[in-house]
Amino acid sequence: MNRRDALSRVALILGGTVAGAHIFLEGCKPADRKTTDTFSADDIAYLDEIAETIIPATDTPGAKAAAVGTFMTVMVTDCYAQEEQEVFKQGMNLLKEASNKKFGKSFMDLSAEQRTELLTETDREAKDYMSAKKAEEPKHYFRMMKELTLLGYFTSQPGAEKSLRYMLVPGKYEGCVPYKKGDRAWAL
Amino acid sequence: MPQDSPQVNINGTSDSNTYDAIVVGSGVSGGWAAKELSEKGLKVLMLERGRNVEHIKDYVNANKAPWEFPHRGGRTQEMIQQYPVLKRDYPLNETNLDFWVKDSESPYTEIKRFDWFRGYHVGGRSLTWGRQSYRFSDLDFEANAKDGYGVDWPIRYKDMSPWYDYVERFAGISGSKEGLPQLPDGQFLPPMDMTCVEKDVAARIKEKYKGARTMIIGRTANITVPFESQGRASCQFRNKCWLGCPYGAYFSTQSCTLPAATKTGNLTLRPWSIVTKVLYDKDTKKATGVEVLDAETMKTYEYKAKIVFLNASALNSTWILFNSATDIWPDGLGSSSGELGHNVMDHHLGVGASGMVDGYEDQYTFGRRANGIYIPRYQNINGDKRDYLRGFGYQGGGSRQGWSRSAEEVALGVALKETLSEPGSWTMNIGGFGEVLPYHENRIFLDKNTYSDKLEQFNDPVTGKDLGMRPVPDKNGKQRLDKWGLPVLAFDVEWKENEKKMRRDMLNDAKEMLEAAGVKNINGRDGDGTMGRGIHEMGTARMGKDPKTSVLNKWNQVWDAPNVFITDGACMTSAACVNPSLTYMALTARAADHAVEELKKGNL
Repeated sequence: MNRRDALSRVALILGGTVAGAHIFLEGCKPADRKTTDTFSADDIAYLDEIAETIIPATDTPGAKAAAVGTFMTVMVTDCYAQEEQEVFKQGMNLLKEASNKKFGKSFMDLSAEQRTELLTETDREAKDYMSAKKAEEPKHYFRMMKELTLLGYFTSQPGAEKSLRYMLVPGKYEGCVPYKKGDRAWAL
Repeated sequence: MPQDSPQVNINGTSDSNTYDAIVVGSGVSGGWAAKELSEKGLKVLMLERGRNVEHIKDYVNANKAPWEFPHRGGRTQEMIQQYPVLKRDYPLNETNLDFWVKDSESPYTEIKRFDWFRGYHVGGRSLTWGRQSYRFSDLDFEANAKDGYGVDWPIRYKDMSPWYDYVERFAGISGSKEGLPQLPDGQFLPPMDMTCVEKDVAARIKEKYKGARTMIIGRTANITVPFESQGRASCQFRNKCWLGCPYGAYFSTQSCTLPAATKTGNLTLRPWSIVTKVLYDKDTKKATGVEVLDAETMKTYEYKAKIVFLNASALNSTWILFNSATDIWPDGLGSSSGELGHNVMDHHLGVGASGMVDGYEDQYTFGRRANGIYIPRYQNINGDKRDYLRGFGYQGGGSRQGWSRSAEEVALGVALKETLSEPGSWTMNIGGFGEVLPYHENRIFLDKNTYSDKLEQFNDPVTGKDLGMRPVPDKNGKQRLDKWGLPVLAFDVEWKENEKKMRRDMLNDAKEMLEAAGVKNINGRDGDGTMGRGIHEMGTARMGKDPKTSVLNKWNQVWDAPNVFITDGACMTSAACVNPSLTYMALTARAADHAVEELKKGNL
């Protein structure tokens, strides 16, 4: 997500008609779009568990409590090009197959440790794929899931207010304030 | 902060359609024209082609938290298809879509790619502007005369200095006094803070370049002390300016000039009013008013006035001139110079560098600063000679990374969550804003070609980027018209060698300066910047000393119709490399003062 980071930074400082705390600049490639395919409640529950494995509940809420599964389905349906939607949905099946193959169990029946083990492997696979793929090829499905999880979580109310620090109205600006390890980052 | 509402003349059926002055457009410069003229006692009609946007009440997203946007501010496929121009850069987003033109309603023709990002509503782009506010200097006002590009400005810094003072005091510009001849100081409110890393980088640049290059805090139209007399609170450091500010803390028509104009009781604001032409009387050689097409009812009205200010945004003010007095001048009012529509300028950008900064791990920031740093122009001054003309400045900032940074060393789980819940490393980023020369060949004109109903894919010839669909030329087809049946502009505008050479330096100097400042892992970038991306459209009705080579005189009066004033970006004779809006404000206040003096003398 370096591009988004770079764009956000540019957006904060450009002197053109730019301003603001828009946090998600990266669009999706234009293409013909089908919105007839929808996600089921089971799909959302499944995506919630994937997201929860990426960002688990600790002393602060995890991705499931932030409804990241639902968020992923909204983003994929509304923002993803058709080709990307297909990659994402195929990925949901591929992950189910990988779970059966590795543990002989459906993903939903895995323990938290097993889910972490499986998704850590998948993350490594995604990383290798991403560094080898051509620019115009779609992302690896797990990179999509991970990016959507981070975006969905850290811009959610629980994520922004509990894992980060969110202030609607800071009221002042200070360029240098002391920071100690463990202090949470500011939400946008 | 309740404000009196202006008298909003919605249906155009007032008893009298006659005013002392008509102001066309309600953005940065139109708001100033309305304020100045109405405060001087004139009955003013301000016409705005789009909807009304009421201060605070209509900033519908201003107080939303990130999670209240279903796509977290992003763009949907539907938006991408509906906005073939806006999608080319950051403006297409979920948070303030209502402040941008619907591309499908207002098409234009690109002989060459031109990204035109517009705002058709009361307040115009004063609601969404970047707010960076810098004075031109004599380096800029003398540039054309010295190197021969364009014509000489008919004014110098001494003509503008008191007007910069005047508009800065009312608009409210925060900044630091630096004593730089190429970037004159102004009437500043207290400056915003730099971050630790910015202070460090600024000190290292000063040392390395022995004061020839400086990095300062941005000068921005966000007030850092309350303006109680205007009902404006000081900046709350939310950095959500472009949603509209409920505190009135940045300059916009709504927060600043419209309330002042309204308070006089002399202003009538009429939204949904597309000015189709200036009405011209060939016997008196003056304008008598304007013709308006009501954008909702499609009815046509005439409004009469002694003076007309065109502030419809640079290219649209010229569009109005193209359509005016065509019985006398087939190419429109002001075309006798041969320069109407020519010399389109913008600032070229998208080139710069960024990198990581070691240390300062025990330092952070508080609040969201709606501002960055500025590195004023240093090329082709003080002996720093380059192989191109004029120069560029940089804008940027140094901050700690947030959760969206790459954290590939941690795959997932508790460690990933904990890592991203804390700020990352410090980064430093700068991006150039370069001057574009005034080239006669860079022009806009009314598109009178004909097209079939078929559409073809339009890709950027250089980058291959998808630019949306466009109609196919067909000599048996129809002229391209907008939603209201009006002719559209065609753009034939490009960068030339001077800009390309300058961009090479914008990239190399950025990397070199960051390296000198101790920044690590420096990445240069040279984006697919194109004309229009600066959203600083300038030129097409330039000021000058000679009616044969310019459209406007030194008081922004159309040579061929002296009671018509143009004080938006159209009037610019050169572009400089600094953000232009402050100069439009000062030129507008100056021209309005002159207009009223001339009216009193009976000269208009």
